[in-house]
Amino acid sequence: MTASADEVLPEPVASSWTTATVREVEHVGSSFVKLRLEVVDRHDHVPGQHYVVRLRAPDDYTAQRSYSIASDPADPLVEIMVERMPRGEVSGFLHEVVEVGDELEVRGPIGRWFVWGGTTPSLCVAGGSGVVPFVSMMRHARRTGTEPLLRVVASAQTRDRLPYADELEEYGAFIALTRENQPQADGPERVAAHIYPDELVPLADGIERAYVCGSVGFVSFVGRILGEAGVRSDAVRVEQFGPTG
Amino acid sequence: MAVTRGFTGRDRRGGDDRLPPGQYDTGAGWPTLTAELTPQVDVDTWTMTVDGLVDTPTTWDWRGVHALPGSTYFGDIHCVTTWTKFDTTFTGVSVDTLLEVTGVRPEATHVFATATTGYTTNLPLADITGGKAWLVWEFDGKPLTPEHGGPVRLLVPHLYFWKSAKWITRIELRDHDEQGFWERNGYHDRGDPWLEQRYQGDA
Repeated sequence: MTASADEVLPEPVASSWTTATVREVEHVGSSFVKLRLEVVDRHDHVPGQHYVVRLRAPDDYTAQRSYSIASDPADPLVEIMVERMPRGEVSGFLHEVVEVGDELEVRGPIGRWFVWGGTTPSLCVAGGSGVVPFVSMMRHARRTGTEPLLRVVASAQTRDRLPYADELEEYGAFIALTRENQPQADGPERVAAHIYPDELVPLADGIERAYVCGSVGFVSFVGRILGEAGVRSDAVRVEQFGPTG
Repeated sequence: MAVTRGFTGRDRRGGDDRLPPGQYDTGAGWPTLTAELTPQVDVDTWTMTVDGLVDTPTTWDWRGVHALPGSTYFGDIHCVTTWTKFDTTFTGVSVDTLLEVTGVRPEATHVFATATTGYTTNLPLADITGGKAWLVWEFDGKPLTPEHGGPVRLLVPHLYFWKSAKWITRIELRDHDEQGFWERNGYHDRGDPWLEQRYQGDA
């Protein structure tokens, strides 16, 4: 669990809470809302980091959740993509109530482990909304011309449940839908299925690190097939979410 | 700071004074937060070592820790990702019991806990002595599952749960504090949920 020597880790920001003004709100598919925020006294982030968003009620009750950053560090705004959770106290509010011009308390950027500094050949494997930190990495790679160092694989039940699907495709990411067949430009459609080891093996060739982000079950599944593909477990960085029951 | 326009939050009538600030009740759920792949730890080869500033550095195997007097924690756990789980039951052995075997040198002030994966976390010695910390292998009467740190994890329930290192294999007593994995990565050195010590720089 050590960082490679060539990589500069982001300084741990002893960040205090600050204010973010919502500049754009866009509902994406049936379960996501994209928020673009102008953050006061913003610190540059490294792709993979997250912000905490805190909501405050009139009686000072607060609720806070962490959201991965989707934007490139050079973007003048900070972009997050919020998935609506069942009975989600914070995600429900961000979906239904927030409007352009609203102010939110935020804190960040946070995290020094699940980050990509742009120099290590890496494979990113995302399940559903787990794709968000990889979008930041992808945008960073495109801007700096380091796309050959960053391969992306994204899996979701349906295309509607995969935010940034068009952008992923344009980047050349491999997309695996588990409940929808996918037409392919160069051959027969891909029949709905989880990622096959055969699909991952060539993408894992030559990488020094793998990032896996998704539900607990997804991470465990991908961990197994990465192992079969010869990726050492200490080269795998994980970010997972969701209950295990 | 300012009130968020339009936000009232979940129903708080009969507000629960067991919930630390900024936390919510996860109910029957038990989310996990892990930085690494879940390892398969084999109880036939797993060992637990307590060393450093002790009189008698000691290593136990799986049978050895089970031969020690058992202890159960019944209460709440709090994760920095803002969930709190009420009324959990964990069974294992008190860290006090381990330290009775090894003895504690007077100059020891902190501990550095290490997992089989290489995950580490730092704690003041005072936070794992006096009935405040356990090695546990059962949750609600069943073997602790790998994703929750099984077969055996550290349990320090009065601090945020990243201090309760999963897949624990070693506790070293030291005369100084040195940051562990999440602490180096921006999280607080102590992590008291009642003081909301989430990140470096929190009071």
